[in-house]
Amino acid sequence: MKILVCISHVPDTTSKINFVDNNTKFDSSGVQFIIGPYDDYALARAIEIKEATPGTTVTVLNVGLADTEPTIRKALAIGADDAIRVNAEPTDSFFVATQIAEHAKGYELVLMGRESIDYNSGVVHAMVGEMLGLPSASPVMKLDIDGTKVKMTIEIEGGKEEVEANLPLVAGCQEPIAEWKIPNMRGIMSARTKPLKVVEPKATEATTLLQKFELPPPKGAVQMISSDNVAELVTKLKNEAKVL
Amino acid sequence: MAILVFVEVAEGKIRKSSLEAVCYAQAMGDSVTAIVLGPADAAEVKSLGNYGAKKVLHAADPKLEKPIIQVYTSVLTKAMEDEKADILVLANSSLGTPVAAKVAIKTGASFAANVVELPNTSAGFVVKRSIYTGKAFSLVELKNAKKVIAIKKNAAEAKETGGAAEVVNYSVTLSDADFNTTILSSEKATGDILLPEAEIVVSGGRGLKGPEHWAILEDLAKTLHAATGCSKPVSDMGWRPHHEHVGQTGVKVAPQLYIAIGISGAIQHLAGVNSSKCIVVINKDADAPFFKAADYGIVGDAFDVVPKLTAAIKAANG
Ligand SMILES: Cc1cc2nc3c(=O)[nH]c(=O)nc-3n(C[C@H](O)[C@H](O)[C@H](O)COP(=O)(O)OP(=O)(O)OC[C@H]3O[C@@H](n4cnc5c(N)ncnc54)[C@H](O)[C@@H]3O)c2cc1C
Ligand SMILES: Nc1ncnc2c1ncn2[C@@H]1O[C@H](COP(=O)(O)O)[C@@H](O)[C@H]1O
Repeated sequence: MKILVCISHVPDTTSKINFVDNNTKFDSSGVQFIIGPYDDYALARAIEIKEATPGTTVTVLNVGLADTEPTIRKALAIGADDAIRVNAEPTDSFFVATQIAEHAKGYELVLMGRESIDYNSGVVHAMVGEMLGLPSASPVMKLDIDGTKVKMTIEIEGGKEEVEANLPLVAGCQEPIAEWKIPNMRGIMSARTKPLKVVEPKATEATTLLQKFELPPPKGAVQMISSDNVAELVTKLKNEAKVL
Repeated sequence: MAILVFVEVAEGKIRKSSLEAVCYAQAMGDSVTAIVLGPADAAEVKSLGNYGAKKVLHAADPKLEKPIIQVYTSVLTKAMEDEKADILVLANSSLGTPVAAKVAIKTGASFAANVVELPNTSAGFVVKRSIYTGKAFSLVELKNAKKVIAIKKNAAEAKETGGAAEVVNYSVTLSDADFNTTILSSEKATGDILLPEAEIVVSGGRGLKGPEHWAILEDLAKTLHAATGCSKPVSDMGWRPHHEHVGQTGVKVAPQLYIAIGISGAIQHLAGVNSSKCIVVINKDADAPFFKAADYGIVGDAFDVVPKLTAAIKAANG
């Protein structure tokens, strides 16, 4: 079986977010970049399936400029066989989905994260599914393959659903689908020589245009209330914050 | 400009987030048609007029009862065509967001999810989106003539307008090929207030020491008609169900009031609560980072403070 795992290259979850160039560009100075945490679950599940199913290959794909290569190499170190980088700035979901769809044909399973933690749209899997005419599901908490059938547990508001579909399929993953994998020394060494193909993007007309970024207004100071005077909190929530 | 709004029904009732979507569309000042898929209570469907819909299409076909994303996508695409709608508005949800994205692909529309306020149409059509898990916003122009917008909670207030809608039975032709996934079963907390939609959330962390101590938190939640949430380790350890886990890798909430009990306030947790209007933190450690993100704080033992708070609210409510 051939599995494609799409990974985003995103700021570490503890990063402070700032912008430069009149709030039109992300300020990457001092920021550590990682494989999107949900994409890491997708990758871990792909490796599990590969280990359990002889003849399975795992390809990782990223839409990004050359600075994403250390992140792609990390995915190779975790156990992917080869990688594709579409050499372009991931400007919006539609653009990313268009590029992924160009390369996803021929894979039985396309795994992604439930959402990227920069754009947070949670839609690239649905868009790719639509572009390729394949079913898509997200957020998938459990995924088991039986022949050409896939059984999944999907989280919905306030609960979950058991869902079945046929391969080929696109899925957006989240915990507890698999345990995050940490690269070992052998993985890191072998990742250096695994194939990483760089391809130019397919030309597309932009459907959205970023104008600028904004940061939320700073938070006011906290008011501390004594634990002996809990009634005062209730009064303040009612009369001052007006939330009760 | 005609706008179509997809309205979700859960347990026979219209989702509050969908009412917000109808009000959002109405505030854009155009003619609003709402569409309800699957069996639903007639009075509920009709009530959409009271939130600003001029017309409601109701496709009551029982085959639409289980929400299959591809099927809903086709029906909404057709409805946009039938209604000559240029814009589709809906609320972000596990169903709505992927359906919106697929309709956008099918219709060649510009798409934006997590939209937090009304569009600015003074020059082009610009929406404001929440990005970086609530740590920032982006202003994005939707360039194509057709647009699909998935809104975040509180993008508009669900306000009654006193209007009335014409309800039309909408008949659909469903294609077997669209039933490309099968929902075998679903397990859903019934009667509870849904966490993503709740106006008040009471959330507990590892400081509560074990699942057996959740009763004090549930008492408080019940008194406040609040939903309950938790931190990631709490759901990882199985003290609480996964769908209650709030934060960067869990549910992002946007209530009026978020009460955090025994949660340290790690940045990944804060990422899920930073859209709350007011945050109250109860923690026995005065240096817990959460206090820096709070509006009100109490330093104290949860087992002492929480029951006192519940009693004080009951007393204040008379
Ligand atoms: C990639 C990534 C993603 C993550 N995503 C999330 C996420 O989505 N959501 C999330 O929550 N976490 C997330 N985390 C984990 C996060 O970093 C923290 O570990 C977690 O939020 C801590 O949970 P906690 O506050 O319940 O526990 P702790 O950090 O152990 O804090 C417990 C708190 O309880 C207080 N306390 C103890 N006893 C009492 C008492 N009797 N009364 C009152 N207070 C008491 C303590 O002072 C302490 O502040 C993520 C981590 C990573 C690396
Ligand atoms: N630039 C990218 N390159 C490859 N995959 C991506 C990229 N951006 C997003 N994805 C994938 O699409 C998923 C959903 O992203 P999004 O719709 O942006 O929230 C992510 O979890 C990734 O698996």
